[in-house]
Amino acid sequence: MIWNVPVETMSRDEMHHLQSERLKDTVSRVYQRVDFYRRKMQELGVEPGDIHTIDDIVKLPFTTKKDLRDNYPFGLCSVPQSEFVRIHASSGTTGKPTAVPHSRKDLDLFAECVARSICCAGGTQEDTVQVSYGYGLFTGGLGLHDGASRLGAGVIPASSGNTRNQLTLMRDFRPTILACTPSYAMYLAESLADEGYGPDDIALRIGIFGAEPWSAEMRSKIEKGLGITAHDIYGLSEIMGPGVSCSCQMQNGLHIAEDHFYPEILNPDTLEQEADGVVGELTFTHLTKEAMPLLRYRTRDLTSLDHSPCQCGRTNVRMGRIIGRSDDMLIIRGVNVFPSQIESVLLEVPEASPNYLIVVDRQGVLDTIEVQVEIDDKYFTDELVEMENIRKKIKQKIDNVLRIGVIVRLVEPKTIERSQGKAKRVIDKRSI
Amino acid sequence: MIAKQLSVFIQNEPGRLLEITEALSAANVNISAMNIAETADYGIVRMIVDDTEKAVKALKAAGVIARSTDVLRIIVPDVPGSINKMLITLAGAGINVSYMYGYSNNGEAPMVIRVSDTEKAAEVLSGVGLH
Repeated sequence: MIWNVPVETMSRDEMHHLQSERLKDTVSRVYQRVDFYRRKMQELGVEPGDIHTIDDIVKLPFTTKKDLRDNYPFGLCSVPQSEFVRIHASSGTTGKPTAVPHSRKDLDLFAECVARSICCAGGTQEDTVQVSYGYGLFTGGLGLHDGASRLGAGVIPASSGNTRNQLTLMRDFRPTILACTPSYAMYLAESLADEGYGPDDIALRIGIFGAEPWSAEMRSKIEKGLGITAHDIYGLSEIMGPGVSCSCQMQNGLHIAEDHFYPEILNPDTLEQEADGVVGELTFTHLTKEAMPLLRYRTRDLTSLDHSPCQCGRTNVRMGRIIGRSDDMLIIRGVNVFPSQIESVLLEVPEASPNYLIVVDRQGVLDTIEVQVEIDDKYFTDELVEMENIRKKIKQKIDNVLRIGVIVRLVEPKTIERSQGKAKRVIDKRSI
Repeated sequence: MIAKQLSVFIQNEPGRLLEITEALSAANVNISAMNIAETADYGIVRMIVDDTEKAVKALKAAGVIARSTDVLRIIVPDVPGSINKMLITLAGAGINVSYMYGYSNNGEAPMVIRVSDTEKAAEVLSGVGLH
């Protein structure tokens, strides 16, 4: 089912026109009301009158996470605080959080976009959604909650954590859709099996997972463990939260709600737009946001776009899976390394479980990268030679993909910390 | 004769072996032989215990990787050349030895031996009077 047929199946020309009109409106609004953008545009010698169509977006300034911090909390807002109806905040891993206020209309669009996403993943109003994202400042919980309510589906506001209880709810209340982070979905699948249950003991049919990158192999493990079809939902609090895009039944990219969020893919070095299919940094411009509209916000997420028509009937542009973050990228002995590359390798090796920890260190002047891998107990043998063969096999595969030598350490199952939110996969001990 | 050995995967860190013996002690399992093969990161502990199935269950419940493995348990006389004689027999039958451990006392030495073909090894050793 398509939630908003007129917009989600709009012709490319109509969409271009709609985006152009909305961009003009947003640019003149922020130019008048936000000192930061007026100053930035004046530095670039651009005025609102220079924006005629959406293609003129390349004339506009960028916004970064640092700009949000520098203008913390409400310096980039274009409405007074009296018009805020909710304020979310993104997790501040370094220093202060980032405040993201929403007006009444912003929240209305949030619910609309999440309802589109749930339909995109195959959900209907007949479904019951267990929302196992954290409720609170994080947009995941309340975002999915409001979207599922807008759709008319049932909601179990489980929030994150208390895994045993989550599994009890799943067995007893029989939700048909699970929404959480992929690493928590993986943990729920493992825990279900540990308690002696399987997919037949629960009624889930769809998973809507997002907020961190995950690989195709991890998807198939989760699908098997929970008996579901897993979908990617994408979003970030600075732009809105989950529902910026979601994968459809074709499982070939995530449809972006591009009537509200205009996507660009930029070359991370030149900051110039890339063509369809080329991987670069995803950048969004708000087209309708009231409280805190951002121009060309650099997400640091790396992916590509595809404007070709989708067999599901939607015409909205698709983005690929997030293959990493430009700031997650580790530079080890001069080589770019993404944790997702290591994860993909581990998921191809049956002897290893997809739980891993990357420890980067420096010995003298040489960077070292150690990958701790939990051994799957089915493959444990009493013979050291066999165990070392498994270790060497994992090492060779990772070395081949990364093109640098890694140290592989086999560790006992369940010794690497499980996350109930975003998984922590990298410890960088280098002091630079 | 063919016997059951308890094999356990543990990290090579202080206190890890203690967790294993604590769990076995709590389950009232008696250990009669033990051997550890270690790498810098992890080790494989091999034990002969009085109830291997109970031991595996107790360790799994404690979140440890453990399994039961078939090994040979052969009593060799405590005299010069008896291990040599046993190995001549195994080599002659094309059987590979992965590891073995044991200790002599009161004139005989029960040896635990892990080989490439346990049943065939038991048969050929039996043929030369080793059981």
